[in-house]
Amino acid sequence: MARRAGVILAVVVIAFAYSLPLYMSGFRLFQFTQVCIYAIALMGLNLLTGYNGQFSLGHGAFYAIGAYISAIMMDQWNIPYGWTIPTAGVLCLIVGFLFGRPALRLEGLYLALATFSLALSVPQILKYFEHWTGGSQGLVLSKPKAPWGLKMTEDQWLYLLTLTVTVLMFVFAANLVRSRVGRAMVAIRDNHIAAETMGVDSALYKSLTFGVSAAYTGVAGALSAIAIAYVAPDSFNVFLSVTFLIGIVIGGLASVWGNVLGAMFIQFVPNFAQDISKAAPWAIFGIFLIGFMYAMPYGIAGGIKRIWISHVLSRVSQKQGGEAVSTTQAQSPSR
Amino acid sequence: MIGRNLTAAVLAGALGLGLASAAPAQTVVGVTATEIKIGNTNPYSGNASAYGTIGKTIAAYFKKVNDEGGVNGRKITFISYDDGYSPPKAVEMVRKLVEQDQVAAVFQTLGTPTNSAIHKYINQQKVPHLFVATGATKWDDPKNFPWTMGWQPNYQTEGRTYAAYILKNIPDAKIGILYQNDDYGKDYVKGMEDGLGANASKMIIMKQSYEVTDPTVDSQIINLKNSGANVFFNVTIPKFAVQAIKKAHDIGWKPTHFLNNVSSSLASVLKPAGLDASRGLITALYMKEITDPQWQKTQAYTDWVAFMKKYYPDGALDDQSNAFGYTVAQVMTLVLKQCGNDLSRENIMRQAESLKNVELPLLLPGIKVNTSPTDHAPIQQEQLAKFDGERWALFGELFEAYHK
Repeated sequence: MARRAGVILAVVVIAFAYSLPLYMSGFRLFQFTQVCIYAIALMGLNLLTGYNGQFSLGHGAFYAIGAYISAIMMDQWNIPYGWTIPTAGVLCLIVGFLFGRPALRLEGLYLALATFSLALSVPQILKYFEHWTGGSQGLVLSKPKAPWGLKMTEDQWLYLLTLTVTVLMFVFAANLVRSRVGRAMVAIRDNHIAAETMGVDSALYKSLTFGVSAAYTGVAGALSAIAIAYVAPDSFNVFLSVTFLIGIVIGGLASVWGNVLGAMFIQFVPNFAQDISKAAPWAIFGIFLIGFMYAMPYGIAGGIKRIWISHVLSRVSQKQGGEAVSTTQAQSPSR
Repeated sequence: MIGRNLTAAVLAGALGLGLASAAPAQTVVGVTATEIKIGNTNPYSGNASAYGTIGKTIAAYFKKVNDEGGVNGRKITFISYDDGYSPPKAVEMVRKLVEQDQVAAVFQTLGTPTNSAIHKYINQQKVPHLFVATGATKWDDPKNFPWTMGWQPNYQTEGRTYAAYILKNIPDAKIGILYQNDDYGKDYVKGMEDGLGANASKMIIMKQSYEVTDPTVDSQIINLKNSGANVFFNVTIPKFAVQAIKKAHDIGWKPTHFLNNVSSSLASVLKPAGLDASRGLITALYMKEITDPQWQKTQAYTDWVAFMKKYYPDGALDDQSNAFGYTVAQVMTLVLKQCGNDLSRENIMRQAESLKNVELPLLLPGIKVNTSPTDHAPIQQEQLAKFDGERWALFGELFEAYHK
């Protein structure tokens, strides 16, 4: 029943998302395009961290690689932007897989540091290949127009394109985590020795997860290059990787919906914080972070689930004449 | 019937009274009878947040203008957002300014990458993009980007200034260059090479570069000394300028030493490098160095200090960025004044393009701001100055890189 409710919710949300261009201004659509892009990147990181238990402080690097692959293809070889999105995904899959292989030897905080080095170095490495990347000046791109003579503004078209990619990537991810592969990923996270005893090839799954995770983030990067129509090393500073981590933790680890909520958080809360205080926006942002973590320690998605579960349980217990279900059970939500 | 006509007549009359002032204002974006909205982004957070003080000074200056009655009766509403020096954030914030806040003009957006990201968009939207805070050369391109205008002399202009001096005064120059390996550094080198013209290949005997992440430039300085160069063109940001000046002094290399304007600050470069080691440095200036004692007795300085004390008491009096913000806010105010009652975007642009010989209190004496529809580089004059162990002593004439 929960499964069916989930599908209905998804359909309603997606239908609502597709209706936004009917009544939203170009600027707001641009912001929601960003939300979609962040959601894909967070989905990627969440596959790695939430489902597979590997930490990364370097996903900003894959985002940058995706963005530059897209930008260089468009700028240097005049390849239509549509082709650059899957290309960025495939190349990032390979890069992520190759990085994941040696990184297997590292766990927890050590892996976090190793990936952090990626986030630190990629923006500088980009400057070395100035011929392709435009150095620190970056590359200026053209915003795509709606194809097939559709009567749409650039913002509307970009939003619908990004939304469609997001929906496809999310459907794939939701199926992936429910499949045999997904169960193996989670088993490795929960106890990798037990998982290996059961015959799960831990090394292969871990590096594959790294690859898929990087592919998602790379696709998000490519879409961001198209939406912003500009790439430069300054767009991908270290803080971006930290922002992604904030997004998945706030949204909810190992939750598909959590990525959408986390994406909204990292898109809108910094602006909101700036509206409250110009002098110390990041202090305000910090207060929001602490507040959310205190109120919803399992992220927004986890918090909602918790409320829903306790609601269902209390109804069940009422039917059964109370007492049967203790409150402690209701307070330990599944991740 | 009569009633309706009468109403119409009364309405027309009422409108007619206000027509002279109010009517044009109501049809243009970002302007009402009492307000002009000006938008801006600055790095209040992030790597470049030291520059955020420019935005704060500008806000303080517009507050002063408003306190004194505003511009032709209208108050300036200055909306400034934090872009954290991030291009995507700059795009988002500028779109917010243009589409949601509906500003009349965007002014003094800071940073080369951030401005590059909004360059196309803002020209498509036909919003004035005035006096941007970056030294890159590309903002002066009115043919392709008619709505964008630079402000400070660009790096190439400055490189040409030194080249002109060398050609005239050091005919046997053997030039060694140290530059940062990015667009900023290369722009300077290009200006120098273009300025030297046919002599460039003969005169420049060695070029050494460094990465902004390098720990020191000591070995480059030794190489340059060993090359036998008698002229040193030092294109470095403050941290490396201090090292270069010190190292050259320590190993006893005494070339004619040109130091780029980027690192001309007494407080953050010359004092840490040692005033004795800094003696004889030559740089090109267009603003009064605010910590230089020679200006501190002038009315311009007194006015500036009074402004800072009253409107921006937290701001540092020895930070040149604050003087920069003050000066550029003055020119923006002047453009708005010149607009009179027609504050349409077209007219704001037209007025920004017709600044003629404008002198400002904190620009060097004789430096004039000039613009035209084909010239979007307001300041193109600089003057050389030699450090005498205590202050920058101006010498020679004002140099103009491009004769219009």
